[in-house]
Amino acid sequence: MTTTDPWETLRAATRARVGLGRAGDGLSTAENLRLAAAHAQARDAVHTPLDADAVLAALGERAGPVVRSQVADRTEYLQRPDLGRRLADDHGLEPGSYDLAVVVADGLSATAVHEHAAGVVEALLPRLDGWSVAPVVVAEQARVALGDEIAAALGASMVLVLIGERPGMSAPDSLGAYLTFGPRPGRVDSERNCVSNIRPPDGLTYEAAAEVLAALLTESFRRQLSGVELKDTGAALPPAAG
Amino acid sequence: MSWTTTLGGHSYTFGDLRELLARATPLRSGDVLAGVAAASAAERVAAQTVLADLPLAHFLDEAVVPYEDDDVTRLIMDSHDADAFAPVRSLTVGGFRDWLLSWEADTATLSALAPGLTPEMVAAASKLMRVGDLVAVARKTRVVTGLRTTIGLEGRLATRLQPNHPTDDAVGITASLVDGLLHGAGDAVVGINPATDRPSTVLALLELVDDARRRLDAPIQSCVLTHVTTTLELLEQGAPVDLVFQSVAGTQAANRGFGVTLDQLREAHSAASELRRGTVGSNVTYFETGQGSALSADAHHGVDEQTLEARAYAVSRAFDPLLVNTVVGFIGPEYLYDGKQILRAGLEDHLCGKLLGVPMGVDVCYTNHAEADADDTDTLLLTLGAAGCAFVITVPGGDDIMLNYQSLSFQDVLQVRQTLGLRPAPEFEAWLGSVGLLDDAGRVPQLVPEPIRALMA
Repeated sequence: MTTTDPWETLRAATRARVGLGRAGDGLSTAENLRLAAAHAQARDAVHTPLDADAVLAALGERAGPVVRSQVADRTEYLQRPDLGRRLADDHGLEPGSYDLAVVVADGLSATAVHEHAAGVVEALLPRLDGWSVAPVVVAEQARVALGDEIAAALGASMVLVLIGERPGMSAPDSLGAYLTFGPRPGRVDSERNCVSNIRPPDGLTYEAAAEVLAALLTESFRRQLSGVELKDTGAALPPAAG
Repeated sequence: MSWTTTLGGHSYTFGDLRELLARATPLRSGDVLAGVAAASAAERVAAQTVLADLPLAHFLDEAVVPYEDDDVTRLIMDSHDADAFAPVRSLTVGGFRDWLLSWEADTATLSALAPGLTPEMVAAASKLMRVGDLVAVARKTRVVTGLRTTIGLEGRLATRLQPNHPTDDAVGITASLVDGLLHGAGDAVVGINPATDRPSTVLALLELVDDARRRLDAPIQSCVLTHVTTTLELLEQGAPVDLVFQSVAGTQAANRGFGVTLDQLREAHSAASELRRGTVGSNVTYFETGQGSALSADAHHGVDEQTLEARAYAVSRAFDPLLVNTVVGFIGPEYLYDGKQILRAGLEDHLCGKLLGVPMGVDVCYTNHAEADADDTDTLLLTLGAAGCAFVITVPGGDDIMLNYQSLSFQDVLQVRQTLGLRPAPEFEAWLGSVGLLDDAGRVPQLVPEPIRALMA
C-alpha cells in the first residue's frame, strides 16, 4: 500500500482515462459526468446541421454552389451510406473544365466543417499556383464519395473533399481531407489519399495540412493517379497528432 | 425451394433459404442497407412463421452460399457430425427452439449436440427467440477453454484488458495495463490493438506484456491483435506468442477482404500450438467477428448479417479457440443502428457462438454516431452476465483512445460482478488474492501492491 501518487509519471504518457477512482465498484459522480460531457459533445457534433450560409460566407469569393446527397435527413444519413454517396438529381452543377474541384462536406461532424474548412481552403489554394480550381462546392448529408459525382459533373480532373470525421470522445471537431485523381462514381477507398485530424491547436494546423495536401495534389497530378500507389512516392504524411 | 404463406389477407413468397432467413431476421439497419430485410413488420412475421415449420435437416440440403464457391460452406458441410445431430434431426426450426428451452436440453446435452449443429440452424432458431430466450438458453450452454487461465466456467466473468495507445507508446500502454490489473481485469487476455502492423513494434509489445507477466508471476496470456501473417513471421523468430489472433467473417470472399485464408489459420494454429506455452490448457487462437463485416467487404452473397456472423463462428471453432468475441457495436449505425439493435445482436451472437461450441465473449461497445449510450452498454453487460458470457472487453474509463469508440470500463465489470455474484477466472482470482487485490467478500480494494508498483516506476 502507498500514500504517494504512483500515477504521476504514467498519466503523463497517455490520454487514456487511467486512475479514475471509484464509488464502491462503480465510477464516481465526477467521472460519470466527465464521460457524459465528452459523449454529449461528440453526439451533438454528429447531429448539428451544416450551416451552409455560414460556410459560404467564410469561403468568401471562393464560394460556389450548395448541393445535397440523396439522403433525406440525419437518421437516414447514418443508416444509408450508399445514398450519402449519390448526388440529388436537381444539383444544378455547370459542366466545365478544371484541374481540381474542392468540396466542403458535413460528413459526421458539421462542427469540424464550421470551425476548420474555410481555414484549410484559405491556406491551401494560394499554394496551387497556376491550377484551375472550380468554385468550392458545399455539400450537405455527404459521404466522401459524393465528391466523385460532384467532380464528374463539374468536369474536374481531381477532387479534394474536406469532410467532418467521426467524432471521438476528445475530438468532436476533427476535419479530414481526401483527394482522388480521376474522380467518377465507383472509385474505392484504396484509390484515395487522406490527411486526417486537422484541428488546431491539438491536431494538424491549417498550414501543416495545406503543405502536405499541396505536395500530394502536385504529385498525384504529375503521376495521374492517387491512392495506395501514390503513398509509395514518399510524400510523407505526418503521424496523426494528438 | 420456395415458400408462400398468407398473413392478414396478404400473400408472401420467399424464393430461397437465404431470402427466408433474411426476411425472418428482427429489424437491423445492415439488412436494410443490403436490401435483404423484410419490407414490413408483417412480412417479417410471415417469414418467421414459415421458418418455424422448416425441418432442421433442410439446412443440410440447401446452402445459403454455394458449396462450390465458398470454403466456409465447405467447412460447415464437410465437418458436420451426423451422429451428434441425431437427437434433433427430426425437429423443425420452431420445434428446435422449443427443445432448446426445454428442461431436457441441459448443459451436457447441449455440449454433445454442438458438432451436429450448423451456423444456419442456430441462427434460424435465434431469429425466433426473444431476449429472455437468448439469455436462458445461453446460460445453460457452456464452453470451457484454457491456456494459463480457465475461461467459460459457471459463475465466472472474465475480461480482456485492452490497453491500446494511438502511437503504441510503451509507457502509455503500461499505464493502462497497470490500471486494469489494479481493477482485477485481464483474466481472459491482455490484448493490444497495435496502431501499426510493423513486426518490430508488434514484437516490442509482445515482450512488454510477457515481461510484466513474468515480473508479476501472474497467470495471464497476452495477444497483439495483428494480422495472422505478421504473427506467423514473429513465431518463426521465436517471439513470445501466447495467442494467434485474426479477424474472421462468414464467407470466403469476406475473409479474402481480411487477407486471410483457412490454410493460413491452420498453419498459425499449428505453429502456436507447438510452443506449448499453456499451463492449464492448450487453446492458442483468438478470433474477433461482428455482424456487418461481410457486407462492408461487399461479400455477403445476399445473406443477412446475423446468419453470416454465425458462420464466422464455424470458421473459429475449426481452430480450437481460447477466445472468440463479437465486436457488436463497433462497426457503426449502418449495420446496427441503435441500442436496441446492438442489445439483440450481442445476445444473438453470444448464444449462437456457444451453441456451436465456441468460447464466446462480447465487446460491449458503441460509436459516437450510433443511437446508443452507456445505459445501453450497461443493459447488454447485465444481460450477458446473466447469460453466462465468457468474457467482455475493458478499457480505461470505457474510452478507447486508439480505436475511438466506447467499450466497458474496468469499474463497469467490478460492478456487474458484484451485482450478479460473478467471479474472475479461478487462476487469476487466486493471483489477485495473493497480491492483496481481492478481499474476503470477493471485492477488489483500492490499493497498489508492491509488485505492480514496481511496474509503474
